[in-house]
Amino acid sequence: MELVYAACVGLLTTCGIFLTLRGRTFPVVMGLTMLSYAVNLFLFSSGRLALNSAAVLGQSDHYADPLPQALVLTAIVIGFAMTAFAVILAMRARADLGNDHVDGQEQGSDELADKEKSK
Amino acid sequence: MDHLPILPILIPMLAATLMLLPPFSTDVGRQRVVAFLGLFVVAGVAITLLKMSLGGDIQIYQLGNWQAPYGIVLVVDRLAILMVLLTTFLALGALIYASAGDDRGGVFFYPLFMLQIMGICGAFLTGDIFNLFVFFEVLLLASYALLIHGGGKQKTQASLHYLILNLIGSSIFLFALGILYGTLGTLNMADMALKVRDLPEAEQQLARIGGLMLLIVFGLKSAMFPLHFWLSRTYSSACAPVAALFAIMTKVGIYSILRIHTVVFGENAGELANLIQPWLWPAAILTLGVGTLGALASQSLRQLISNLVIISVGTLLSAVAINTVQATAAGLYYLIHSTLVTGALFLLADAIAGQRGKASDRFVRARRMSHSLPLGVAFAIGILSMTGLPPFSGFVGKVLVLQSSVGAAQMAWVWGAVLIASLMSVIAASRGGSTLFWRISSESNEKGKVAAPKLFAIYLLLSASPLLVIFGGPVSHFTSQTATQLYQLGLQPGLLLPSMPTGSSE
Repeated sequence: MELVYAACVGLLTTCGIFLTLRGRTFPVVMGLTMLSYAVNLFLFSSGRLALNSAAVLGQSDHYADPLPQALVLTAIVIGFAMTAFAVILAMRARADLGNDHVDGQEQGSDELADKEKSK
Repeated sequence: MDHLPILPILIPMLAATLMLLPPFSTDVGRQRVVAFLGLFVVAGVAITLLKMSLGGDIQIYQLGNWQAPYGIVLVVDRLAILMVLLTTFLALGALIYASAGDDRGGVFFYPLFMLQIMGICGAFLTGDIFNLFVFFEVLLLASYALLIHGGGKQKTQASLHYLILNLIGSSIFLFALGILYGTLGTLNMADMALKVRDLPEAEQQLARIGGLMLLIVFGLKSAMFPLHFWLSRTYSSACAPVAALFAIMTKVGIYSILRIHTVVFGENAGELANLIQPWLWPAAILTLGVGTLGALASQSLRQLISNLVIISVGTLLSAVAINTVQATAAGLYYLIHSTLVTGALFLLADAIAGQRGKASDRFVRARRMSHSLPLGVAFAIGILSMTGLPPFSGFVGKVLVLQSSVGAAQMAWVWGAVLIASLMSVIAASRGGSTLFWRISSESNEKGKVAAPKLFAIYLLLSASPLLVIFGGPVSHFTSQTATQLYQLGLQPGLLLPSMPTGSSE
């Protein structure tokens, strides 16, 4: 279980980092989402993985650590709000800047426009 | 009186909520009154707390009366309350400036402003590292929205970069917290400091990674090299009161480095003692270098000030890297000075830009400012203190930092970097200033005067500079007491846990 879990976190982080390095805002927002999923899973595992153990007193012989679950909940809520804000801001940037590049300009677009003008 | 420590967080939050309710939500004038009232109450609370902490007491406030280290605590020691007081003073200046008209540039200026103050105060007061993350997010979310206040292409673009960078920073913060909780089993800073001392060897590497990842996060917040690229664009595109308030944001990063890496990973952390020092040194020196180059290359006044901010961050980081009580005390003095003067300079840049028509604050020939005398005097005071020339506070701050590095292994580097940075920033600022004030293409066409509240706000913040020199003795005495207390907490983190006999928790 640990191996699968670790591999999942690793894969999500890798995809997240790759996507955040892309040039357009949509992949970047997707990448941020993936990173926050990876983080949530990772936080959850920081209390050690345990099967069949509730985080409630009197429910089982072994207890899971309840704190990471509380932390994950907080992180999910914050991550959700931040993603929503990132989406809105990305749309605003699309409207304000006229394209969806993170830097606000198409790669090499200025040169093309200049060439067309010179013709 | 027992509940004083939470008020600097609660009052801005309640004020922000109140402003969203009907009688206030539609009227900026009423919001203004609420904002000022809220800020004055916070300032009053902060001064009361400061008086209490002067005796050396550390107040520990357990939220919901849950026993620490299981519950969340707020810690009011000298360092925390110093930072809160600094925030309220800076915010007061920014609010006065905003009330002259900048607050109408977009909706919800005041609620967001108060939420930002809530986040900043919370980050300074909390004694729990996950709570620190939460307050970081509160202040960041408010700052994202404040950054686009006023609207415009530049702001949207800068805000997008700032948002993405900080979201990645938050992810790294959470990874670090996961690692530290997994190894130390606690998130209370004092408890972490106790646990880190006898950590089994197998876990030490993990905790080391966690601690260094925290440095990345705090470095990003404080604009440490190579994580400083966002600062110049963000600060120079924000509207004036927001940029002035942002002057405290880099200091949140510095504060966190001081707090975590002195108390938790400080001298007494066993194998992990001083784990960031080898990294902090080159980072501090390079930050100074990069800020210097940026200052020389600046095309506008706001850019120049942003790069002076980076230089001041480098100076602060080298004070932190020296890692002695004396250096930390010097750093704190410099921190007070640089926060207030930076805030004043951002306000001033906006006032100057408003007088120069299309040229704005760019260093180009433009028409004469119609109200140039008060702006010129403020510019001279601000730049002289920011670059560290006598007789203002920057000079005293830099001298203290340089003095404290005597005897340290890296003394030559610190002296060289700080002095060269100062010289170059004097050159850059005098070049910029002479263009702004003396290279005139035409006489002014009666654009009118700078509004009185704006000038008042600028001079209010600037007055800190001579005051810090006149009252240099008491202030540096207080900062050295603060630093002593911080290092004492590194020695005996038990003082921050109410279960231990501290005699201060009620």
